[in-house]
Amino acid sequence: MTATPETTSADSSPRPERSQRPAPTFRRSRKGPRERTATAASGVAMVIIGAAFLVPLLWVVLASFDTEASLSVALPGTWSLGNYEAIWNTETTFRPLWNSLLLCGGATVLTMTASVLCAYPLSRYRFAAKRPLLLTIIFSTGLPITAIMIPVYALFVQVNLIDSMAGAILFLGASGLPYAIFLTKGFMDTVPMEIEESAWTEGAGVYRTLWSVVMPLMRSGLAVATIFTFVGMWGNFFVPFMLLLSPENLPAAVTLYTFSSQYGQVAYGQLAAFSIFYSLPVVALYLFLGRSLGQGFAAAGGVKG
Amino acid sequence: MSSATTTSQRTSAPSAAERPRTRLGNRLTLGRSVPMWPALLLLIGFMLGPILYSIYLAFTDNAIRGEGASETSFVGLDNFIDAFTDGGFWNSVALTIVFTVVSAVIGQNILGMILALLMERANRVITFLVTSIVIGCWILPEVVAGYLLYTFFADEGSLNTILGAIGLPPQDLLFSAPIIAVAFANIWRGTAFSMLVYSAALSSVPSDVYESAAIDGAGPLRRFWSVTVPILRPAIATNLMLITLQTLSVFGLIFIMTGGGPAQASQTLPLYMYEQAFSYGQLGYGTAVALLLLLIGAVASLLYLRLLPEEEKR
Repeated sequence: MTATPETTSADSSPRPERSQRPAPTFRRSRKGPRERTATAASGVAMVIIGAAFLVPLLWVVLASFDTEASLSVALPGTWSLGNYEAIWNTETTFRPLWNSLLLCGGATVLTMTASVLCAYPLSRYRFAAKRPLLLTIIFSTGLPITAIMIPVYALFVQVNLIDSMAGAILFLGASGLPYAIFLTKGFMDTVPMEIEESAWTEGAGVYRTLWSVVMPLMRSGLAVATIFTFVGMWGNFFVPFMLLLSPENLPAAVTLYTFSSQYGQVAYGQLAAFSIFYSLPVVALYLFLGRSLGQGFAAAGGVKG
Repeated sequence: MSSATTTSQRTSAPSAAERPRTRLGNRLTLGRSVPMWPALLLLIGFMLGPILYSIYLAFTDNAIRGEGASETSFVGLDNFIDAFTDGGFWNSVALTIVFTVVSAVIGQNILGMILALLMERANRVITFLVTSIVIGCWILPEVVAGYLLYTFFADEGSLNTILGAIGLPPQDLLFSAPIIAVAFANIWRGTAFSMLVYSAALSSVPSDVYESAAIDGAGPLRRFWSVTVPILRPAIATNLMLITLQTLSVFGLIFIMTGGGPAQASQTLPLYMYEQAFSYGQLGYGTAVALLLLLIGAVASLLYLRLLPEEEKR
């Protein structure tokens, strides 16, 4: 698991390697007192900011092991797995997580398939509407999905898609498209066309070329786009909150909300334990992404163009 | 008008005359556009459709119950007039602007830039640990972030424990200034995005630019303003636009932390819209408010686009 980020990071984010490159080493070796002070001061500032960000994260970890958890961050009186045991059942944990997986996995497969297919002509052919189309896609990446949820709800009521998992997957998949197309097209642009041309002359069709020549060459980019898409959907609360109703359909995002409203008195330790279960997949995916995370941001920062 | 299959057949028997035709970078034909259709159909059905429908809905009295539930009728501009004459609406607009300016434009943007700059200088172990923590806050699901920050700001929460430990009086931001509490929560959650955008942009700045500026005798602050900021201008404009749009549509975080309360004191437009549409069942009115929210987002985006240098507006 650690091997992939290592290999993908080499080409993607030059920053951490910078100090190892030969050019600036003279600065390191002749580090003046001023520069050493700057490094130390930067370190102190970062630690202070980091500590402030850490407190809420510490709470959720510590509270999950404390059956008597309060609202404040504190070491558990007795460390126990009681909270995990209490939520270790289908009703509370497994079914919501399975629903999340079904909803977000299904929508991610839909989004990525449609984006790769759509990105290919966008990246490879010339046509008059290309620029306006790309601008529309870029513009709609910023479209606040929140603002169209009421008409979507009203539409879904009319076509009887409310509380349908398939309907929610279709909508979530469509809402992920603009950003996924934008990222995928950017990564596809970096694959040189010459390789494809030789595949074409050897008789491979469009889909064959896309599948066995282009996609393998943009593997790390595809991983970034897929993980971004999935993680965005996994954390989404509003869409399933509006479109899914019956308890057996609800994903973890929504059942976590009902955690507090359902039973009145909130068992914060159990809530923390469930939060950890629910967050683990996205944390794992980001660890897997490692430093190639930077790729998506080079694109977002307009560096890649 | 060559379809995907005929092009591939043609390429299998290449001749000098046909070669230029099979070249990539050719014109898009109907057949070649086939792979785009699934994505375009989904976008038209589930994005464009609802947007067009919302323009219709906003001019009707469509409702879940009561008048307008059984039959929907056109009400012209009534929904918009209602909004503009409702104090609750203006309260939400003001809160939305405060929330966006404090948490995105000031908080996430500046803290993200500071962290990206510090990353360039600080010890690598510290950089790794701190950026991991900040990114950790960002990748957590919205609802989890909401609960974590609720417990942080709550009466008996972590913040008051810490304040007590260093001898400061306790705060009750969730009641006295809930919009500030949720704004801080959004900074906690969103700063990593700006940090990563700026860090990626900074790493593309060649270091000799700084060195020559330093040789010319420019101090660190001057170097930041006259070298870094102009180079990063496209990244800053893009980042400001993205985080503003993200922040305008934040719902879950506020919904979990305060539910918009107490007494509408943290009810930003998405929560106002939700309350009108679902608690009061006024779908038409709620949609009109949603359109106004889209309008605010569009105006903000246009403002940021003006920040982009000419050559970036390709």
